[in-house]
Amino acid sequence: MFVFIIRRMLQMIPVVLGVILVVFLIMQMVPGDPAVLLAGESATKEQVAQLREQLGLNQPLYMQYFEYVKNVATGDLGTSVRSGRPVAEEIFTRLPVTVELAFWSIIVTTVLGLLAGIISATKQYSISDISIMIVALLGVSLPNFWLGLMLILGFAVNFQIFPVSGWGSFMHVVLPAITLGTAGAAIVARMTRSSMLEVISQDYIRTAKAKGVKQTYIVYKHALKNALIPVITVVGLQFGALLGGTVLTESVFAINGLGRLIIDAIRMRDLPVVQGSILVVSILFVIVNMFVDIAYRLLNKRVDLN
Amino acid sequence: MTEQEKILDVKDLKTYFYVDDEEIPAVDGVDFSINKGETLGIVGESGCGKSITSLSVMQLVPNPPGKIVGGEINFKGENLLQKTEDELRKIRGNEISMIFQEPMTSLNPVYTVGEQIAEAIRIHQKKGRKEAFKQAVKMLELVGIPSPEERAKQEPHQLSGGMRQRVVIAMALACNPELLIADEPTTALDVTIQAQILDLLKELQKEFNSAIMFITHDLGVVADTCDKVVVMYAGKVVEHTDVDSLFESPKHPYTRGLLNSIPRIDEDQEELEAIDGNVPSPTNRPKGCAFAPRCPFAQEICHEKTPDLEEVDQVKARCWIYTDQWQGENPIEEGGEVANVGS
Amino acid sequence: MSVAELEQPLLDVRNLRQYFDIKGGVLGRTVNHVKAVDGVDFQIYEGETVSIVGESGCGKSTTGRAILRLDDPTSGEIHFNGRDLAGLSKRQMRDVRKDLQVIFQDPFASLNPRQTVGRIIEEGMSILNSVPKEKRKERTIELLEQVGLNADVVDRYPHEFSGGQRQRIGIARTLAINPKLIVCDEAVSALDVSVQAQVLNLLKRLQREYNLTYLFISHDLGVVRHISDRIIVMYLGKIVEVADKKTLFENPKHPYTKALLSAIPEPTRKKQKERIVLQGDVPSPISPPSGCRFHTRCPLAQESCKVKEPELRRGEDGQLYACDVV
Repeated sequence: MFVFIIRRMLQMIPVVLGVILVVFLIMQMVPGDPAVLLAGESATKEQVAQLREQLGLNQPLYMQYFEYVKNVATGDLGTSVRSGRPVAEEIFTRLPVTVELAFWSIIVTTVLGLLAGIISATKQYSISDISIMIVALLGVSLPNFWLGLMLILGFAVNFQIFPVSGWGSFMHVVLPAITLGTAGAAIVARMTRSSMLEVISQDYIRTAKAKGVKQTYIVYKHALKNALIPVITVVGLQFGALLGGTVLTESVFAINGLGRLIIDAIRMRDLPVVQGSILVVSILFVIVNMFVDIAYRLLNKRVDLN
Repeated sequence: MTEQEKILDVKDLKTYFYVDDEEIPAVDGVDFSINKGETLGIVGESGCGKSITSLSVMQLVPNPPGKIVGGEINFKGENLLQKTEDELRKIRGNEISMIFQEPMTSLNPVYTVGEQIAEAIRIHQKKGRKEAFKQAVKMLELVGIPSPEERAKQEPHQLSGGMRQRVVIAMALACNPELLIADEPTTALDVTIQAQILDLLKELQKEFNSAIMFITHDLGVVADTCDKVVVMYAGKVVEHTDVDSLFESPKHPYTRGLLNSIPRIDEDQEELEAIDGNVPSPTNRPKGCAFAPRCPFAQEICHEKTPDLEEVDQVKARCWIYTDQWQGENPIEEGGEVANVGS
Repeated sequence: MSVAELEQPLLDVRNLRQYFDIKGGVLGRTVNHVKAVDGVDFQIYEGETVSIVGESGCGKSTTGRAILRLDDPTSGEIHFNGRDLAGLSKRQMRDVRKDLQVIFQDPFASLNPRQTVGRIIEEGMSILNSVPKEKRKERTIELLEQVGLNADVVDRYPHEFSGGQRQRIGIARTLAINPKLIVCDEAVSALDVSVQAQVLNLLKRLQREYNLTYLFISHDLGVVRHISDRIIVMYLGKIVEVADKKTLFENPKHPYTKALLSAIPEPTRKKQKERIVLQGDVPSPISPPSGCRFHTRCPLAQESCKVKEPELRRGEDGQLYACDVV
């Protein structure tokens, strides 16, 4: 197990380098000269050239890449064009907000998804199974900005239970977390259902019944732990979708998170911020994936064989 | 044999499956009984209904699509089919327990084997976690697992097939059941491991004095372990006999054919006396005696009416040969080793 | 046997080894091997049936796969019909395939579900061009009748048949190619005993008619006794005994062979033989025991068995056995 964790962490290094490369190359492809942008429209040619020299933009591309990797490794993500503050600082003031939102959303995804999936599976083809699966289909199909707006209309404007927008208290979290978590919950529910149904037909479930184990124990003790194994992978993948979803959700609910930072930066053509944010989000996703793999291993020890 | 001695008495058991609006009579009127401390073998080829019969006794037939539609399953004089699910749960794993065929898949992969054995003890004997686990370790020792304390803390994938089957046996015997149902318990094992497990079962039966219902397709295993035998074909019992009569004077033509089909390790045979044709599909069984189309002796009546299971020389057989309706002589010679009967 | 040994064997396997890598460690390098087959020699002569028996993990199926070149052997020579298969490329192997065929345990998995029976049988003839085009239909029907199926099944699909019938289709397909050697890998193990007897009888009959040679791989000693001329007993990747059928079953030499034979419960009440019950499980082929591989379970094991690996030696009945004690 320990060897596996070490190996899994070592595997992250090339992945992260690859991510940096992709982000770097995409930024290169964006039209417009960063030096011109940075220097402003009134700058003279000499000023632009000087800035270029200063930024290292005259260097060959691979040198620029190495330079960038070196800077990233030391925590230097560049300077925001708009605010003049270091990009790292901009990102890390916003990051906790987004992480908190993502955390609650993934809770919504997992809890709602698992519960719905288990009910569906244990009562296969019943009314509750069919209605859960229809709702799940809707959940996957609805765009989350629309769902967000509808929730605001319903629970913030009409019933005024939750605040319309902003961040700070737990009440602020509820609507955005539901908005962001629903699609994932729907997918997790479907996955849990099929996984549970498969596990319930296994021989060891029959063995448990032959032992005289109660139905509820069979479902929650014998079946669920096995059924969770594939579900974990799905939850992990959902986390990626969720990070992407924060961009829209934070805009809808006017939350000052990383997602909104990216949107604002794109609008202002603040390339270092865009580049840095995308990088941070990507690395976050890589790390989460690693934890998912480790959790998968812990649950499914059979993979460890040979 | 008095009524009190009978631990299990199954009468006219019918378990049908319903798939795509079709009725499949998997078990179609099965009668047999097992006495205390006795081993009854249920033999037959795939699709004969022997496994469904065993699951029916435990009422573990997956429903849907399966359903017990008739008959009685009397266990110690009480009909199990009239018990509630709660009452049944107290019997399962306690008074009647079961060993399944596949040691690789019949244990839960995410719990240690000790926990899995202890679970049965905790449920039925209301013991605490620690005490139950201790008893589980004792059971592992009893079924011949070396260093049982360490093994109890391992998960199934860390054990070999033979060891897992020992664990399954330990689990089944944990509450000292009066009836043990063993569904092909050695089929998935290698012969040297099978020999170990068969010896173990016989030893433990002496110790626990349990009755065993032994489902198998292997007549060698029957000869080795059973006292009485039920031969099934196409959902029905065709012969109910003791093990000596089974091998010395099999009554039903199917039993005879089955015995002659087995390639033996103790003699050379130029050609095996195979049974012609194939086992009929349960959805499309022939009219009359289901074996008639493959039977070398079949007469007109065999294709028309199903014979009853009737007493023949102190055993029971379901065959027209032993009735007044049979035309001509009995083609099955009495006595003698079966292998010599063939051409 | 003496006459047979004068002629050239059809198949001559020499020092065959088949190791499978185990990856592990931080860098995922090969850290060990499963020594599935570890130095195996045997010959098969034309027209005979040789069986390999043993329990799971003894390497019997791996040996079959290596001969068929389904896996590339780690080392050793496989001379078939005078040609060493071990060195052949995939394309060169294709020529050999015509003479070297296989029947697997699961007949269903090896029949294309979307092809009719006729198509399945004709396919081999057309790929290897063993039968001229205009005669293929006729030959297909002839083959079907020979394996005991009706000619009218040519337009039906594999799923419409029972296990025994599918195995007959598989046999007909194999025969269509007109091979010299057929490897039967647990070919009747999945069948019910009444149907298994039919298929065994069929295989025997076809052998006489076509002068076929079989390499029969099975765990069922009853089946093996019925079908074989000579028998190879394997344990943990090694041959422990080779003998003709009569000698092996009536006078087994190696303690493992004896235990294996005595472990099988027989369907009779006549004589309940003394059973030798082996203790423990088969050891792992990753790190097989030193010396004689059977010494951990052998009732006759001595100190020397732990150190010295026994060579195959010849017994008084012409059998070969690998034991220094008996």
